[in-house]
Amino acid sequence: MQETFYDVMRRQGITRRSFLKYCSLTAAALGLGPAFAPKIAHAMENKPRIPVLWLHGLECTCCSESFIRSAHPLAKDVILSMISLDYDDTIMAAAGQQAEAIVEEIVHKHKGNYILACEGNPPLNQDGMSCIIGGKPYLEQLQFAAKDAKAIISWGSCASWGCVQAARPNPTQAVPIHKAPGIPGNVPIIKVPGCPPIAEVMTAVVTYILTFDRLPSLDRQGRPKMFYSQRIHDKCYRRPHFDAGQFVEAFDDEGARKGYCLYKVGCKGPTTYNACSTVRWNGGLSFPIQAGHPCFGCSEDGFWDKGSFYDRLTDVHGFGVESNADEIGMAAAGVVGAAAAVHAGASIVKRMAQKGDKE
Amino acid sequence: MANTEVTRDGQQAVYVYEGSLRLWHWINALAIFTLIGTGYFIGSPMSSVPGEASENFFFGWIRYIHFSAAYIMIAGFVFRLYLAVMGNRHSRELVFPSFTSRKWWAGVWHELKWYAFLTKEPKKYVGHNPLATLAMHFMLFWGTIFMIVTGLALYGEGTGMGSWQYEWFSSWVIPLFGQSQDVHTWHHLGMWYIICFVIIHIYAAFREDVMSRQSMVSTMISGWRTFKDNRPVDDDTD
Ligand code: HEM
Ligand code: HEM
Ligand code: SF4
Repeated sequence: MQETFYDVMRRQGITRRSFLKYCSLTAAALGLGPAFAPKIAHAMENKPRIPVLWLHGLECTCCSESFIRSAHPLAKDVILSMISLDYDDTIMAAAGQQAEAIVEEIVHKHKGNYILACEGNPPLNQDGMSCIIGGKPYLEQLQFAAKDAKAIISWGSCASWGCVQAARPNPTQAVPIHKAPGIPGNVPIIKVPGCPPIAEVMTAVVTYILTFDRLPSLDRQGRPKMFYSQRIHDKCYRRPHFDAGQFVEAFDDEGARKGYCLYKVGCKGPTTYNACSTVRWNGGLSFPIQAGHPCFGCSEDGFWDKGSFYDRLTDVHGFGVESNADEIGMAAAGVVGAAAAVHAGASIVKRMAQKGDKE
Repeated sequence: MANTEVTRDGQQAVYVYEGSLRLWHWINALAIFTLIGTGYFIGSPMSSVPGEASENFFFGWIRYIHFSAAYIMIAGFVFRLYLAVMGNRHSRELVFPSFTSRKWWAGVWHELKWYAFLTKEPKKYVGHNPLATLAMHFMLFWGTIFMIVTGLALYGEGTGMGSWQYEWFSSWVIPLFGQSQDVHTWHHLGMWYIICFVIIHIYAAFREDVMSRQSMVSTMISGWRTFKDNRPVDDDTD
């Protein structure tokens, strides 16, 4: 029989007591009732371990950094013991030829049964030369690993949307995983956007897939509903100041000291789907808004290309110059208004001239 | 014709805008002015109000008024669609302009020349003149649909998954535009599109009231169109 998750964990020195704690913690993180803890335990004790391949394309490793700092040390240890054995070029021990061989081995041995976790994305320009792994373009490694995967997890905004390397003018033509050529259409893709995504969200998504052997339910854009169905704004603790109409106008004003809403200094909380305002960061310690900085929407598509992070009204492209909706609109309304005024003047002149004719 | 009368000075008067249509016009105009006022401040809020957060609901009220006016506009729009089918023939013009009629397009051309001061006299219309219909159809009719669709998509974000606004609008409108922020930006641009219409429309209504061959502002108030001459009208066949 194949190794189970439980076997792996025990081998890593995790006690049964810790294991059970982890199961109830995960059930809570996933929003499941206490009755689910034994189910998770049962699944982990009996199901063969699903291998996870963790590939890195163009990225900054913030997803990995976030992941290994998962709040609960237990969750981190457990998850790491599940995946680090396979392939993750940042944290694995193997290197060079030996490491690349692991990818091939897993793809062949576990055909159609492994999870492909992608951090970063492939650049397409110059035949993919802007990202080389083991002497070959990353795109090739990605295509090779994707074709037999059971599912793909797009970690972070790079893999999900493109992020900074895909920001205008995107010189390397970096594309998110779901837009990369040669990714089979029948392999489901789960997007876990964020720059980086929240550690607890990442571990919970992996645990869900591994223990229940199915994908979490996704929204239309492919994000797990359990973490991406609400906006930062919906659960923001500064929301009472928003509704009251109390805003920070500048970072050193009275409002900033009083902890007013950051809407007017560009907060993208109202347009950002993520769990920061509930799960928070660094073990529930804080999140950007709590630290006094507006959310800049790192888990949203194209957040680099919307103008300043500190503006409420963001830029519209395609008018030659970059300006916001009010600047464009006021210019248009100004032209229309001026035209109407001139036209009115001309109409009056014409009418007076006609009257003159009649007399 | 039962809807035609002759006024005291021997001129014709035609009942063109039924009461329900006039009611819609003014309620809709009021709703749109409210939406523009509140919408602008949603994008660029006023200075902070002092005091405890729990004692104030200022921004909440601005949004609340925006949403209330929005639902009035939506209900009115549905009612206007009903009128387009069930009302008199002039109530069809806004929703179904006579795009297939050559004469109608010639009318658009003639009106353009009239506005460019290239012709001495406008044509005489019982209903809307074709150029006005064109502007109303593309700027107001489609503009309103655009504002309703994007507006409900934004609204659905607040009511959340499972609400009809989310399922019917947000779930597809947001990916269509890219992300939520883009829907905000387009909804905002849509406001300026409507503002441009309102400027043109109000200017033209007053100008035509003075310069054209038929009554305007009083028609949208009383429903009766009166004329300044007795020659035949140009839009009685389409
Ligand atoms: C002529 C019609 C309308 C105009 C001129 C208008 C104008 C605006 C403007 C300028 C904004 C601010 C956008 C931004 O920069 O974030 C806004 C926000 C909004 N509008 Fe409208 N709107 C109209 C119709 C509607 C309708 C029909 C709805 C449907 C319920 C609606 C719902 C909303 C919502 C939910 C917001 C976002 C509020 C928030 O983020 O707090 N609007 N509107
Ligand atoms: C937000 C403001 C307004 C909007 C959106 C609006 C919209 C419309 C629409 C859609 C029609 C066509 C009616 C139909 O076929 O159902 C119309 C007609 C008309 N409106 Fe407005 N209106 C606005 C404000 C005003 C104001 C302030 C006036 C007053 C001067 C005015 C005067 C008229 C007149 C006189 C007509 C009839 C034009 C004709 O007979 O050809 N409107 N308006
Ligand atoms: S700080 Fe940002 S997320 Fe919080 S209430 Fe204000 S706008 Fe919303």
